[in-house]
Amino acid sequence: MRRSQKETDDAARVTHRRALLLGGAMTAMFAVLGARMRYLSVEQADRFKLLAEENRISIRLIPPARGLIQDRNGKLIAGNEQNYRVVITREDAGDVDAVLAKLAHVIPLTADDLERTAREMGRTSPFAPVTVADRLSWEDLSKVALNAPSLPGVSPEVGLSRLYPRDTDFAHVVGYVGPVSERDLEGLDSPDPLLTIPKFQIGKIGVERWLEDHLRGSAGTKRIEVNAVGRVMRELERQEGTPGADIRLTIDADVQNFAQARMGSESAATVVMDVTNGDILAIASSPSFDPNLFVRGISHTDYNALMEDDHRPLANKTVQGVYPPGSTFKMVTALAAIKEGIIDVNTTVRCPGHLEVGGRRFHCWKRAGHGAVNLEKSLAESCDVYYYDIAQKVGIDKIAEMGRILGLGIRHDIPMSAIAEGIMPNRAWKRERHNADWRIGDTINASIGQGYVLSSPLQLAVMTARLATGRAVVPRLVKSIDGRETEVAEAPDMGISLEALRKIRSGMHATMNTERGTAFSSRIVEPTLVWAGKTGTSQVRNISAAERARGVISNDQLPWNRRDHALFVGYAPYDAPRYAIAVIVEHGGGGSTAAAPMARDIMLSALSGGLPPLAAYPQSQRNRIASMLEDLPLRDAEGRVSGPSRA
Amino acid sequence: MSFLEYRVKYVPSGLKKVLYLNWPLVVLVTAVAAVGWLALYSIAGGRMDVWAGRQMQVFALGAVLMFIIAFVPIWFWRNLSLLAYLFGLALLLIVEFFGTVGMGAQRWIEIGGFRLQPSELMKVSLVMMLAAYYDWLDVKKVSRPLWVLIPAILTVIPTLFVLMQPNLGTALILLMIGGAVMLLAGVSWWYFAAVITGVVATIWAVFASRGTSWQLLHDYQFRRIDTFLDPTADPLGAGYNIIQAQIALGSGGWSGKGFMQGTQSRLNFLPEKHTDFIFTTLGEEFGFVGVFSILLLYALILVFCYVSALQNKDRFSSLLILGIAVNFFLYLAVNLSMVMGLAPVVGVPLPFLSYGGSAMLVLLVAFGLVQSAHIHRPR
Repeated sequence: MRRSQKETDDAARVTHRRALLLGGAMTAMFAVLGARMRYLSVEQADRFKLLAEENRISIRLIPPARGLIQDRNGKLIAGNEQNYRVVITREDAGDVDAVLAKLAHVIPLTADDLERTAREMGRTSPFAPVTVADRLSWEDLSKVALNAPSLPGVSPEVGLSRLYPRDTDFAHVVGYVGPVSERDLEGLDSPDPLLTIPKFQIGKIGVERWLEDHLRGSAGTKRIEVNAVGRVMRELERQEGTPGADIRLTIDADVQNFAQARMGSESAATVVMDVTNGDILAIASSPSFDPNLFVRGISHTDYNALMEDDHRPLANKTVQGVYPPGSTFKMVTALAAIKEGIIDVNTTVRCPGHLEVGGRRFHCWKRAGHGAVNLEKSLAESCDVYYYDIAQKVGIDKIAEMGRILGLGIRHDIPMSAIAEGIMPNRAWKRERHNADWRIGDTINASIGQGYVLSSPLQLAVMTARLATGRAVVPRLVKSIDGRETEVAEAPDMGISLEALRKIRSGMHATMNTERGTAFSSRIVEPTLVWAGKTGTSQVRNISAAERARGVISNDQLPWNRRDHALFVGYAPYDAPRYAIAVIVEHGGGGSTAAAPMARDIMLSALSGGLPPLAAYPQSQRNRIASMLEDLPLRDAEGRVSGPSRA
Repeated sequence: MSFLEYRVKYVPSGLKKVLYLNWPLVVLVTAVAAVGWLALYSIAGGRMDVWAGRQMQVFALGAVLMFIIAFVPIWFWRNLSLLAYLFGLALLLIVEFFGTVGMGAQRWIEIGGFRLQPSELMKVSLVMMLAAYYDWLDVKKVSRPLWVLIPAILTVIPTLFVLMQPNLGTALILLMIGGAVMLLAGVSWWYFAAVITGVVATIWAVFASRGTSWQLLHDYQFRRIDTFLDPTADPLGAGYNIIQAQIALGSGGWSGKGFMQGTQSRLNFLPEKHTDFIFTTLGEEFGFVGVFSILLLYALILVFCYVSALQNKDRFSSLLILGIAVNFFLYLAVNLSMVMGLAPVVGVPLPFLSYGGSAMLVLLVAFGLVQSAHIHRPR
């Protein structure tokens, strides 16, 4: 069938017309697309460019190196060590279990490690690296690096972590660091962005905590390019932060070490202070613990062992522990009485071995009595009746006032944790605290540092420094921050008559240097180092009338935790005071037998800047002292323990 | 019925056919494909072996096919139209029962490691079938109901198959292609007015059906429409594609970030960046200028098709070329509307640019037909 030419032409014309119509529609569509493209990439370009950058760029913080803590001579107390660890990124690993199983063949992994890793992975996003093993040796790290091709998602990393090279020596002073906890962040309006880094370590107690702001430094930042799943592609820009400030303490690491070693396994505390400027040369609490355990994450077993030890290694007895000061308090009572004009330096009191006050009989430690006692003798032989007598005349309020002047019952602000205020009781205090009237018996007890009076070894050291100088010395623990010396607090005159102070000092001198003195056996014979001090023995239990009737049981027969505390305060040299010391041995028995010898060794160590010179000891004691010193587990220059290993 | 109802005064034969090819079209198509290779090379981070290399191989294979088809007389292809149509339907049936399921839909069959999407092939087969039908049909009968019903059925059958896969985008494109060829053939406007009214009513019905027991679309299709209407409502889920695509396009600015400098695509923020969303990479790296150039290339391809079609006095050739042009236009219009956020996300590749063998091969086959019609046109 052949179509007519006209029909064909007509049909072609219709097709042409409609094709052009469609073409017009297509053109319109192109115009729409072009306009839309113009809108997106010309008009809105800036907005989308910004969005693309936001997509791409992620800002990560670089944790700064934490400031070092050094002793007064620059010896390292807290530093940072390179820490090799292995991390795994879920996104890259694929089959995490298989990779971990392979990794376990390369380096030793405990079931604990694996469980912790699995737990952490459940919490974090798939591209966040999770630490599998921490503190690896260099060899282990190399093994992981070598096997990297068969361990997808696993990468070795180097970071800094806190190290305390003199572990137990400074545990209570410096404290330790640990990961930021919810509690640390509470109450912070705008926390340092560093704190939001997972596992970022901050100071938890001690100097690490109280000087955290100085030690932390400020974060650096790096701008990194990330892909859609957040994986880091490359680093674009890096801005280093500022490392934390280095801190020098007033402590001499050698003296601190000696004090710690000398106290050994006793439950004891020592504070040595420079009386001229308040610098704390040593502040040691025993037994101690290894702060490195806390940085690494202490195990339950270790922690429970520390908690259950009846010698309380975690407690910082130097500032946190408060004890009845016992006879070491007598100087306060005497000075209060002199200041109020109740006695003068020559007043004598007769001691028959006891004193009846308000129908109660108060005993002197020496049942036979001391006879006629003046101020000097009362201190040297530690007569109690002398103080019962003067205390009831001067009254508790005046005694408390003098106590505060000398630094007892007030909080000394040094950057350590849980600093106790102690108790310097007076009438108002008892009314408020116990809602009871102050009774004369309370005064009698307080006069010899018993009853309500409680003070910390730091306070006793401050008291001794103030007695030795007559000025209100303020303790200082931080020598310099970032190279800038910290201010030495002004030590104004306390306004106590020089005559009275002299008498007190000569009494303390007599305590140590006269044969009847309670601490005669702990004297120093080296003429330039001769020292003065006062012993104290404080009861931790009440002696009942029945007990007294049976005769007081000697300390040796009591269980450890009911024995008396042994205390000693002293300063040296006597003519030109340099250091003051306070020692307490919990449940140590007598101050003269447990605390004074220990104090002498530590004081001599401070004076000589190392091992006590044997020449300073009385001839008869030198052999014994020499062998004792030899057995002490002291540290060498690097901080390692030499000599006999510790138990 | 004779092969030719027009007089072929002169048909080039042998190698002379090469001279009579529509060379501008060949060059334009190759140019667009070359831009595609560049983009694929860039997205792979400067690697040929990931996508670009394979895409070039597919293009080479397709080009060979195109030339073979071009050199075979158009009347031979016209006589194969019905066969091509039935073959396309058969493949659609096969994919319905044995096809590989991808993204929740049956879309392709694997033949020797090669993925064939029969719906792509169907688009060309449908154009051929309808062009052959109107070439055969007496022009006086074009608008008679019975003779309108036949091409309508021919269009609807494959559309239903594709819809069952389910692939809404391609189904709509098939409908539009069929409609376009019928329109070009001269079917009365009244039918179109009626159909458009019907479509509007249907759309209304579809939305009204949502959440009822007679729901007409899959949930994921409704969600796509939702996220199209407000992509920011679900920036990490369903709206992610659209938002990231627009960020990529917009952040290219006037002149782009430079070759291989696109952060959105190279850092994987862009989904499907090498297939359906390849245009966003181009927008990001070459900016408005680059994108505009590509639109220009596409427009030129259409213009040369038009010129060729309108010059051609053969009804089959004319309708075939126009139908293929419409098909080509629908590919790019739907794809570009999608990546620019003007239309919902439907799986339609960008012609000659998107990575993928099926669409590329089918398009080159279609352009082979266009060339054949051009070479063997009545003079």
